[in-house]
Amino acid sequence: MNELFGFLLSGVTVGFIYALVGIGFTVIYNSSGIINFSQGEFVMAGGMSTVFLLKAGLPLGVSFILAIMITSLIGIILYKLISFSKDSSQISLIILTLGFAIFLRGLAEVVFDKELHTMPSFVGDGSFDMFGTTLTYQSILIMVVSIVIVIFLYFFFKKTKTGQAMMAASINVDAARLMGINIKKILMINFALSAAIAAIGGVLLTPITSTNYEVGIMLGLKGFAAAIIGGLGNPFGAVAGGLVLGILESLIAGYISSEYKDAVAFVVMLGILFFMPGGIFGNTKAQRV
Amino acid sequence: MIKNIGLKILTLLFVSSFFLLNAGTIKIGALVSATGPASFLGDPELKTLQHYVKKINDEGGVNGQKIELIAYDTGASPKKAVTFVKRLISQDKVVAIIGPSTTGETMAIIKFVQRAKIPLISMAGAVVIINPVKKYVFKMVATDRMACQRIMQDLKKRKLTNLALISGSGGFGKSMRKQCKSVAPSYGIKIVADETYGKKDTDMTTQLLKIKNNKKVQAVLNPGFGQGPAIVTKNYRQLKIKQPLYESHGVASKKYIEIAGKAANGVRLVAPPVVVADKLADSNPVKKVALAYKNEYEKAFHTQVASFGGHAYDSLYAIVDAIKAEKSTNPQKIRDGIENLRNFQGVDGIVNMSPKDHLGLDTKTGMVLLDIKNGDWSIVK
Repeated sequence: MNELFGFLLSGVTVGFIYALVGIGFTVIYNSSGIINFSQGEFVMAGGMSTVFLLKAGLPLGVSFILAIMITSLIGIILYKLISFSKDSSQISLIILTLGFAIFLRGLAEVVFDKELHTMPSFVGDGSFDMFGTTLTYQSILIMVVSIVIVIFLYFFFKKTKTGQAMMAASINVDAARLMGINIKKILMINFALSAAIAAIGGVLLTPITSTNYEVGIMLGLKGFAAAIIGGLGNPFGAVAGGLVLGILESLIAGYISSEYKDAVAFVVMLGILFFMPGGIFGNTKAQRV
Repeated sequence: MIKNIGLKILTLLFVSSFFLLNAGTIKIGALVSATGPASFLGDPELKTLQHYVKKINDEGGVNGQKIELIAYDTGASPKKAVTFVKRLISQDKVVAIIGPSTTGETMAIIKFVQRAKIPLISMAGAVVIINPVKKYVFKMVATDRMACQRIMQDLKKRKLTNLALISGSGGFGKSMRKQCKSVAPSYGIKIVADETYGKKDTDMTTQLLKIKNNKKVQAVLNPGFGQGPAIVTKNYRQLKIKQPLYESHGVASKKYIEIAGKAANGVRLVAPPVVVADKLADSNPVKKVALAYKNEYEKAFHTQVASFGGHAYDSLYAIVDAIKAEKSTNPQKIRDGIENLRNFQGVDGIVNMSPKDHLGLDTKTGMVLLDIKNGDWSIVK
């Protein structure tokens, strides 16, 4: 029994890592209907900038805030690229984000380096022992921050004018524009917000996973899976999806074989896409035509 | 102004003399994966080759002839390696080839060098490259099999006969896992747990929990490369697993200690001698070459020496020695020269080639056993 709880706990800690990345996908999807495949690279940019600002001698807090600003700026650049694009069909914009991801990876290789890096955690290296395994302070911090971000997003989209405008833009761009919503500004804020969330994720994950120029590939993929399982567009869903993914992986590695864990996780994702295309939390009525 | 013109003329003279000299150069080809997934191998290899070719030429070249290095970046792709090896053979007309950096690429180009009768010194790790022996193919890099043997020897000595494996699923981890499983029985060691993890996984707690709950386990070995082993090490300490943890030569770099932090203390690992050159006993025959290489590399590139660059050094000097010994730059003669290398002192160890053995590396000097204490290596006596 203890073993089961141990596996579950380990699954939950990993699940929140996926969730934190997955949340970023839902934010951009919410206002533009685009799946941003450079989300993982935003996470990388946040982590790598913090590491290098720290190396330059800046204090942790300052590096953290600067890194969020740098990453938000990258998000705004991506939005500018998208808004310049002559072909504005969603599929070509999604491909554009994929290209931007490859560009960011290459850029990080040149601007930073190809080495692995890590950084000290905000809360120290301590941990609690339970069920024969441990829960590190850093994992608890990731859980708390994910939940805070989700609650913030909930109120942001439901209660603030900007958030409502974003929702309106995602449901019908033309109608929103006719209502006097400045679509360009709204989308720009949205990309910056999503990049900022990714940067926070990058900084919190680095002490656990370490970072390098290509760390975004895997994080992006798992975060995307979490967002899909939970239902794109719903931050709560991203957390639920991350947890489902993390726990499944852990149970499969624990009881079946660690060799199959990635495969089974993606089979579950495909199953959800086939049978519950809206995800666990998704509302199928928000179909776009 | 006049000075400037003088300088320009001088430069012109220098450049043209360089081209004139080029006519009689020794052309050596190199295939390295300087970019892409194996850039950690190819990058220090290419730097080493360029640095030492320049050094040899500055010191007057080989038998009065300068070396011309023709290096191509394969990006670790066997397809590109094949394209470039054809170009090296038919267009560039090189007399010997160094590389490629990975096993897959090497296996892909062997038939081309065999057919063209050009000697090749591969910098990749696997045994299949030189077993069975191919007439024109050599390598001087320690194999993962040797690393396994060194660890098993130590386990046997410490009477830890039940071993758990937790391996990365990348090429490096996969190959070493296979080798370790195949050599274990000859040392009387049983593999009682065999876990794997994805090379980009962020948490290995589940696999380690299984090992922790397995009462038979007496020691744990983690074949892997990159961030995986650092995460395994951190999780290992978080779970407070008591059994000794062994790491492979894949993490024989200061980077691993930096990333794993305090968790790395108490880990035992195997490493090629070059990374601990300054700590080797003075009686160790590898020390002089390895230390000289380490110091020169670190001075030239301001970065810590990586064991992989040493492979390039050894390959280059093996060819140079062969040319000197045979007093010829004929590819056939160079091949004979490499096969006749005796007591060659390389960065990776002492090499004795023979027609039956195209590896020739001595196991005793090829791998060193280390303990990590207070964030630094110390040699296990």
